[in-house]
Amino acid sequence: MSLESPKNYGENDFRHIVTIWIVLSVVLDVLYWFLVGPHVPPGRMTSTAKDNQLDFNVLFVIALPVLIGVWEWLAFAGLRWNSKRKDAPESVGGPSAAGKRSAEWSWIVITSVVVLFLAGFGTVELYAGNGSGGGEGPNPIQQPAGAVRAETAAIQGTGSWSPNSNEVLPVQVIAQQWKFTYRYPTFGGFESPFLILPNDTQIAFNVTSLDVIHSFWAYQLEVKADANPLENNVAFTKTEQLGSFEVRCSELCGIWHGAMFNSGKVVSQSAFMNWATSTETKNAQNTKDLPPFAWTYVPDANGAAGGYYPDGNVTPYSTVEIYGSKQPS
Amino acid sequence: MSKGGRLTTVFGLFLVVVGLVVWAVAGLLTPGVPGGVVNFTNTQGAGQPVHLTVQTVGSIGFGAHPTWVSYLVKDPKTGKWIHDTSWELPAHTVIDMTVYQYDSGSPLRNQEWGQVLGTIGNSATLNGKSFTTYDSYTGTGIGHTFAIPTLNISVPLVGVSGNPCAVAPCHFNSPHNIETFSFKTPGAGSYNWQCFVPCALGYLFGNGGAMSTQNYMGGELEVVN
Repeated sequence: MSLESPKNYGENDFRHIVTIWIVLSVVLDVLYWFLVGPHVPPGRMTSTAKDNQLDFNVLFVIALPVLIGVWEWLAFAGLRWNSKRKDAPESVGGPSAAGKRSAEWSWIVITSVVVLFLAGFGTVELYAGNGSGGGEGPNPIQQPAGAVRAETAAIQGTGSWSPNSNEVLPVQVIAQQWKFTYRYPTFGGFESPFLILPNDTQIAFNVTSLDVIHSFWAYQLEVKADANPLENNVAFTKTEQLGSFEVRCSELCGIWHGAMFNSGKVVSQSAFMNWATSTETKNAQNTKDLPPFAWTYVPDANGAAGGYYPDGNVTPYSTVEIYGSKQPS
Repeated sequence: MSKGGRLTTVFGLFLVVVGLVVWAVAGLLTPGVPGGVVNFTNTQGAGQPVHLTVQTVGSIGFGAHPTWVSYLVKDPKTGKWIHDTSWELPAHTVIDMTVYQYDSGSPLRNQEWGQVLGTIGNSATLNGKSFTTYDSYTGTGIGHTFAIPTLNISVPLVGVSGNPCAVAPCHFNSPHNIETFSFKTPGAGSYNWQCFVPCALGYLFGNGGAMSTQNYMGGELEVVN
């Protein structure tokens, strides 16, 4: 039936497939890398966002040739190797397919290399750049230079930050049903519903909650950290671009969870300094009434009319379980 | 079944599925104001401030949850107090708000909410006296807050002393505070408002019950053009 010997038919097709695959893969990968890659979310506003964009792009550039190969194979199978064609080759698994060790080894080697490379790349990326594999959590294994000093100074009330100081800026994220607020320990510990960050600055987010579990997710900054009561969940990033970003809660936390979002801004260092110092002055009266700055706060059991959870306190209100007045040991 | 019949069946089912998807998507995308919304549009001349009057009560005293704390709103047409926390407001308009606070107070879980935020002038009046922040550890504490989180508006409502009113609507002969403030509505959209005092007695962290049920301590502002 076949007009060509099965052997020649297969070898010719294979050459065509490989040639088309290489050309398409190289062209599309290059086009993707230079035209699409720089615009892939989450963008390049921070070091972590840039790293994340790189991860997405590397994964896509590796996945694209695989996708092209599968589609190309399908196209050949459907159009050229269709058994209804008069000159169709023998079906897969026929005599000529037997003993094709080169095909078997190619498959094993290529897929192994791709999978092992991605596993190694993923592991390095998780750990490098203070990523979530080692640079985040209540006790980060690795921290950016100066972070320990800045965090220690913040809790001792001796922290300072000024433009061009290259100091790490600690920012505390306080989640509560249903709003995030932010404390700036290096500026007197004022609290604000606005998240403003200086550009070109290493930020140490310290995330906690006053009630249930929330999750702080600043998508464009590529920072996501759970907000747990009595936990200080640390996440680092370095701002690298001016602009606005959105903050959302990404842990279902009650009726207004969907409305628990706000926007923040990365501004110039001088603009941040102006905002921080003026807010510190403006909020001075209220800051006096806030509890001393701490990494975590004992969730207050009290609401209106006194304590009722979790200690059964029935006095008008507990003096030791108000936000921040007592620190966990 | 013949080949034509099968094709017709498949095509018919496909059309049904497409129709259902279009219907569902159209339903989601069609803006609309839910029923039961108190309408404050057309209650004043164009460009004039809208007057919105509410009261907070320690226990509503009727309905499915008579012991729950709640807000009530004064109907702009009839002047009667009604139990509804969804309000339709005109866009880009100054809202002059008056709150009759009939509930007792306590320290805030987060004193940040002791500040007046986002109102015109970042201030409010308490019984005729202007203030910008209130230390909830002093006096009678804070009973509730009126807050629109997405607009960064928050006003502490100072608690009352004495025996709070037990059945809504409350009247002037019960202990109360009067607070006033103004804010400007943004463009059209739906904005939730809530209280930031965990005032739902007997619920986890005080944020269940009345704090998590529409028509009690939170609601929606439907801002329309």
